[in-house]
Amino acid sequence: MSGKLLSMKEAVARFVHDGDTAVIEGFTHLICFAAGHEIIRQGRKGLTLARLTPDLIYDQMIAAGCAKKLIFSWAGNPGIGSLHAFRRAVEAQPPRLEIEEYSHFGMVARMAAGAANLPFWPMRNYTGADIPSSNPLIKTVACPYTGEKLATVPGLRPDVTIIHAQRADASGNTQIWGLMGVQKEAAFASKRVIVAVEEIVDEAVIRSDPNRTLIPGFQVDAVVHEPWGAHPSYAQGYYDRDNDFYVKWDGIARDEASLASYLNEFVHGVKDRAEYMAKNAALAGRLKAKPSVCAGVDYGY
Amino acid sequence: MAIETAADYTLAELMTVQASREIKDGEVIFVGIGLPNLACNLARATHAPNLVLIYESGAVGAVPDRVPPSIGDPALVTGSLMVCGMSDVFQLILQNGKIQVGFLGGAQLDRYGNINTTVVGPYKAPKVRLPGSGGACEIAIHAQRVLIVMKLSKRTFLEKVDYITSPGTRPRGAERGGVAVPGRGPTKVITDMGILEPDAKTGELVLTAIYPGVTVDKVRENIGWPLAVAEPLGGVDLPSAAEIRLLREKLDPQRLHIK
Repeated sequence: MSGKLLSMKEAVARFVHDGDTAVIEGFTHLICFAAGHEIIRQGRKGLTLARLTPDLIYDQMIAAGCAKKLIFSWAGNPGIGSLHAFRRAVEAQPPRLEIEEYSHFGMVARMAAGAANLPFWPMRNYTGADIPSSNPLIKTVACPYTGEKLATVPGLRPDVTIIHAQRADASGNTQIWGLMGVQKEAAFASKRVIVAVEEIVDEAVIRSDPNRTLIPGFQVDAVVHEPWGAHPSYAQGYYDRDNDFYVKWDGIARDEASLASYLNEFVHGVKDRAEYMAKNAALAGRLKAKPSVCAGVDYGY
Repeated sequence: MAIETAADYTLAELMTVQASREIKDGEVIFVGIGLPNLACNLARATHAPNLVLIYESGAVGAVPDRVPPSIGDPALVTGSLMVCGMSDVFQLILQNGKIQVGFLGGAQLDRYGNINTTVVGPYKAPKVRLPGSGGACEIAIHAQRVLIVMKLSKRTFLEKVDYITSPGTRPRGAERGGVAVPGRGPTKVITDMGILEPDAKTGELVLTAIYPGVTVDKVRENIGWPLAVAEPLGGVDLPSAAEIRLLREKLDPQRLHIK
């Protein structure tokens, strides 16, 4: 045992600090709400939150007062509409939240540069768009070989990244299947990494299918066993996305008071994810995944 | 054999059918959320069974058995041809020129097909803060052709947009391609009253086809610039009974997308 196995409470206490640049990644899939809720419960302040799609989790953290700044590329409730806490914070005059905005490609490139230990990443992008004029960190560089003008974004080096995954061993060798977003890049770009998983498995399970490993244990500081830790996001093969909750959030978040009472009941009002699940007793029955098992491959030689 | 024409349809359904008919079988398509999603899945269920649907979330060759409420839906993964990280989607696939068709929509569109999905009002003092680019900016730049699907309204079709999130044919008055922009940009704007296409010389959107029962005056009432009309002005083929049945019974039974 490597001593990395921690509760979410211990992992957040040890690895997420006030003022950190923090990333909870996962594109629609595997968004670690359990970590966001624990950060809210522990009252972290002054965070710079980075992620492609702030989603409901950052809407909740913004409403809870954890965030000083948001780095992002699409701030909406997918298929539904607005993130209302985010909107209230940026539409206020003066705004209550600093923003640094890219497109998805720009955010992906920032993570890729950070993960590769490079100061910036070149890309063919942003020609004719206003995005660089509202974000001076988007610059251009002349290609030293062809002279072509390329757009650049700076590498992102988060202090801490939190990844949810289907499974890992106790050392943090982490396997993900289904949509992988930028989890690999975010984890490698980050100074500290917390992995939360649906299942802790033996190292032998990881070794039986090494192509499935997205993040090796040496990149991981803490491993948290957190079943259903991604709800209302989802975990392929474990549970479906709670699309009804995403619809419901639109109503909850429209009003500051109803948002606050949601946080009181489902975040501050529970001590951990297990209690959250006990409060949402019908979830498991409604969302549990139907099996669709792959054929597997032969690693023999 | 004659195709049975639908007995009744709404203009929003007609718009979705028109968008689906713009897609050719076998094309590689970058699919967005909402109506484009529906149009692509309609095309796949009718004339284009060999479409390769790519979602920015990393699903390639997706065959969703439900209309995905988000572009990261688990049904996009199950049975797809490939699932890759988003770095691969944007670099190996989009930037590398592999996307033939990209779909876009937005809150505001101007006469040159520039799209705003970022902010209504000034950027630093937003009247309405919208979600932002997502992958739209780079789709507008890299897709070989861009199809825009938007309902006509004076509030959304404007002389000038407040912010250019996704560049059109003449971003900020400049020629497209001032810096290597590989895609052709918007080739058609499919609305609920007719179809606009950019003039080859000026890049300005011109009405090239009108739907049955809609007048040019009605289109002009819903557009914020003095709209030019192509001579001769074309029409469109009516939706088939099968297309409308698929939309209503299979693809969008709860009317989540077609409102």
